[in-house]
Amino acid sequence: MKQLLILSGKGGTGKTTIASAFIKLADARAYADCDVDAPNLHLISGWNSTPKKTNYYGLPIAYINQKQCIQCDQCRENCRFEAISIDSRDGQYRVNSFACEGCGVCAYVCPVEAISMNPAVAGELMLFIDENRAFSTAQLKMGSGTSGLLVTEVKKQMKSAEVDADLAIIDGSPGIGCPVIASLSGVDMVLIVAEPSISGISDMERILDTAAKFGTKMAVCINKYDTNIENTEKIEAYCEKRELPIVGRIPFDSDAVKAINNGQTIVEKECSSGTAVKEIFQKTMNLLFTYSK
Amino acid sequence: MKIAVLSGKGGTGKTLVTVNLAAAAKIATYIDCDVEEPNGHLFFKPEGVQEEEVSVKIPQVNSELCNGCRKCVDFCNFNALAYIKDKLIIFDDICHSCGGCILLCPEKALTEKAKPIGKVQKGFSGKVTVCTGILNPGEATGVPIINKLLATDNLEKEKLIFIDCPPGSACIVMESIQDADYCVLVAEPTLFGVHNLNIVYELVKLFDIPFGVVLNKCLEEENPAEKFCVDKSIKILGCIPFDHELGTLNSNAEIAVNVNDKYSELFSSLLDTVIKEMQLEATTDS
Repeated sequence: MKQLLILSGKGGTGKTTIASAFIKLADARAYADCDVDAPNLHLISGWNSTPKKTNYYGLPIAYINQKQCIQCDQCRENCRFEAISIDSRDGQYRVNSFACEGCGVCAYVCPVEAISMNPAVAGELMLFIDENRAFSTAQLKMGSGTSGLLVTEVKKQMKSAEVDADLAIIDGSPGIGCPVIASLSGVDMVLIVAEPSISGISDMERILDTAAKFGTKMAVCINKYDTNIENTEKIEAYCEKRELPIVGRIPFDSDAVKAINNGQTIVEKECSSGTAVKEIFQKTMNLLFTYSK
Repeated sequence: MKIAVLSGKGGTGKTLVTVNLAAAAKIATYIDCDVEEPNGHLFFKPEGVQEEEVSVKIPQVNSELCNGCRKCVDFCNFNALAYIKDKLIIFDDICHSCGGCILLCPEKALTEKAKPIGKVQKGFSGKVTVCTGILNPGEATGVPIINKLLATDNLEKEKLIFIDCPPGSACIVMESIQDADYCVLVAEPTLFGVHNLNIVYELVKLFDIPFGVVLNKCLEEENPAEKFCVDKSIKILGCIPFDHELGTLNSNAEIAVNVNDKYSELFSSLLDTVIKEMQLEATTDS
């Protein structure tokens, strides 16, 4: 199974819009949303059934048993994440569960074993599945710190569904940090959705640098290209210099917003952005299947 | 006073709003906490930039002292250590810098070394102090950089401070807003925009930070984000129209407030509303 990951660096350039169109065009049987802290693909993926839900446990969270605590301050002193503080109201030691990363140092240094590490639900995995299709997605609990791990779980869940698919489409998250890095591992190709703004160019360069560290094959497309032709040309020149294939330009299209707000992909109706994406899809598939082993 | 601007979804206009609010305030501090993809500096083009490296502490092993007891390997909840072929291996990129392995090594074979993960920059654009955090590509977390940016000794308290947050709702966003006095949520009128607005709405409620919403890219048509605010009785601070001129200025990294009176008025009035709301919240709180 070949895995295509869609990334952008900058947010809001159109990852999910393009991923959902690709899923439709490929009639994809396996796909996933790895943007676990702001997932959207489920909103237009057309599933009406109830997904199989599983709690996702991140790392455990420290818990201080106040009856045993002798207030020696060891835990607070050794916590690198400033997750333990003294409550000004009653002088007791308390754990900030958002700041706690679950390392267990406090439990290790506590001389009276007053600290235990307790499992904590950090999100929810969802799997939509029928005879021949599987869609894996998740929602991270707000403020949680283990988004990279959850991304790995989302991809595992997609594979575990064991549908007969030669292509998997994965919608990524913005940025270049842990969830993006986790989504990059094991994919065959990355399609970068760039946006012709100075910010978009800067962000594209950073995501290209990040993906390059993993040696993943890459291609670039430009969304809303006609909102700034000069910047579009800059992106194309930049990609040419880096010897990265450009698989197409998508025009700004108010019909695209309308389609999405109706819960539809942009290739379901006749519209200029849909036509452009169809061509990009073909070129991307050629790159994914022809040149890779 | 610290005002954090966030959105859940990417590309809704956080940087547009933050940069222009700071520019409208004239004397202000702008802090870019979107350390994975910082963009504010592209608009402000700050001068006199000073740079400081941000490092985390990770373990290094003295192989002559390591006796292969594997206590560190068993302890590490992040699986950043492995003992393979009579050798302790440390995976720098996975290490969370908790320091546990160094504390517990009975042979004192582990010591700390600094690993750079990015930098913070501080410069000036007129009377706006511009602070930027930049994560090195390939590094997993920018949280230490955000902590450095928001460290109180770095901030000038008398100024209005505008914090440009990363997208999403994970730990990195939480670090960016946790000391904020007020949150501005930027929403776009799409199905995706509303879904993600709901996530950050829950987040600011959880932290009990007063907040209001700015509706961006407003069209004539029905606005699902506006409907969401009305249904939940959320204060709408202002609307920014969908506007090609503004879009072009923004895509060329120009500060709209500084080049066009129309936008200067728009963001000045938005700033006034935000400040009034903040004061109102402060008085009802006390």
